Amino acid sequence: MAVLLLGEVNAGELSVDATAKAVAAVQSLGDVTVLCAGAAAADAGAEAAKIDGVAKVLVAEGDSLGHRLAEPTADLIVSLAGDYSHICAPATTDAKNVMPRVAALLDAMVISDVSGVVDADTFERPIYAGNAIQTVKSSDEKKVFTVRTSSFDAAGDGGSANVETIDAPAASDLSSWVEDKMAESDRPELTSAGIVVSGGRGVGSEDDFELIEKLADKLGAAVGASRAAVDSGFAPNDWQVGQTGKVVAPELYVAVGISGAIQHLAGMKDSKIIVAINKDEEAPIFQVADYGLVADLFTAVPELIEKL
Amino acid sequence: MKVLVPVKRVIDYNVKAKVKSDGSGVDLANVKMSMNPFDEIAVEEAIRLKEAGKAEEVVVVSIGVKQAQETLRTALAMGADRAILVVAADDVHNDIEPLAVAKILKAVIDEEEPKLVIAGKQAIDNDMNATGQMLAALLGWGQATFASELDLDGDSAKVTREVDGGLQTIEVKLPAIVTADLRLNEPRYASLPNIMKAKKKPLDEKTADDYGVDVSPRLEVVKVSEPPERSAGIKVESVDELVSKLKEKGVV
Repeated sequence: MAVLLLGEVNAGELSVDATAKAVAAVQSLGDVTVLCAGAAAADAGAEAAKIDGVAKVLVAEGDSLGHRLAEPTADLIVSLAGDYSHICAPATTDAKNVMPRVAALLDAMVISDVSGVVDADTFERPIYAGNAIQTVKSSDEKKVFTVRTSSFDAAGDGGSANVETIDAPAASDLSSWVEDKMAESDRPELTSAGIVVSGGRGVGSEDDFELIEKLADKLGAAVGASRAAVDSGFAPNDWQVGQTGKVVAPELYVAVGISGAIQHLAGMKDSKIIVAINKDEEAPIFQVADYGLVADLFTAVPELIEKL
Repeated sequence: MKVLVPVKRVIDYNVKAKVKSDGSGVDLANVKMSMNPFDEIAVEEAIRLKEAGKAEEVVVVSIGVKQAQETLRTALAMGADRAILVVAADDVHNDIEPLAVAKILKAVIDEEEPKLVIAGKQAIDNDMNATGQMLAALLGWGQATFASELDLDGDSAKVTREVDGGLQTIEVKLPAIVTADLRLNEPRYASLPNIMKAKKKPLDEKTADDYGVDVSPRLEVVKVSEPPERSAGIKVESVDELVSKLKEKGVV
């Protein structure tokens, strides 16, 4: 058995954390080949080769792969599929865009957000916003799946896999890139941060969300938000933690002014330590919090920033 | 131009799913069911295109149990023009996999020839986030997933997508599949007169066999279990106590 794993490459750089977590998840399934694809992907390929447990790295560079459009990336993976029993990727938005397309082209049913690998055919995954864990056994010849990175510890480094360059596919005329609006930030990335500070509807406004950011910066943390905060325009979409946003499992998760809807809990309840600050003592967030503080966030958070 | 919107009947957004004691699945008997929230957003977007004069007809399709006709009536009450129900299961616990759904939708689309399909990005029951992408693959169409903005312009659509790190805008050639994310719009509530009118709108009933699609699952559900329970910890009385607890744990 052999595994093809699509590495997470953004603007030529490998997201080492996400890729190494996915590598750790699938190591038991066979030799792992990491595919790095992009307009520039050689540096990413070199990084991927250092991940422990990677047997081989394939680098595909070409304009058609420049913005991870689903159609050319899926075509590339399908063209390589013959050699592999398992085809997977960390469950990022890029992979969630591409992998179901790959699966359908191979007449396989994709298995999304795998949180446990039981054996070569059997996988665990959360359903119903994490309120149930489903164990499924695939009868497909090739298994195509995405890996929920928060469920796995990253593979270490120290590997020295061979890197092979392969051809990029032709550009597809089905879609084309127009522009990216990516937030520039010096903060750690949300899904790999050791500490996450999130704000909810209780924060009240975009201006007041700065308080959440100040606390995050004091702790060297990433900033998250509940869906309510994002919908209200207090925080950008890529900060959303929850069933349909990002899934995080940091050492410390601080939920400020978040009531704790099941959809939010789905994205953070595997955090090691959860702190909740909310003025409503009945808020469901307190049912999962290790440390709950019933207080007005506008007095508690500045005090916390001062005392940390 | 015709817009087709697939909709799924799922457990209501506000209901907490309970695992059945025999571990075979989530208990859906006597549970409130509604339209998948992302599909509501997709229906709303299609109706807005029609209201803006950019689409002539909105066709909604649901695949599943017979009761999904209630979901289709909801979409008709919101403003869709007609509905197609493809009965593919006789038990609500029998979830049709996205691959089979995509195959049936492909067959429907071959007949209906819409220029645009807007689907929800994910169903909140199986959380697969797959049907739109799989359908695009089977049709050989372009895909624009996780859309927060959609602009039609002649033979193409400009779509802003919610991705890790921010927003990406792409252009897809029509016909294409767009999947709706949360921020695309806020769906309307159907008014009572429109709910009455919806009862008279056409709803065709078909079966998976009519389209020659085998819906048997590729993924056998071995078991469904409760996630590890997380219990409530303690309430601290002050910021000082919180800080000292976190220091004790060595996380700050």
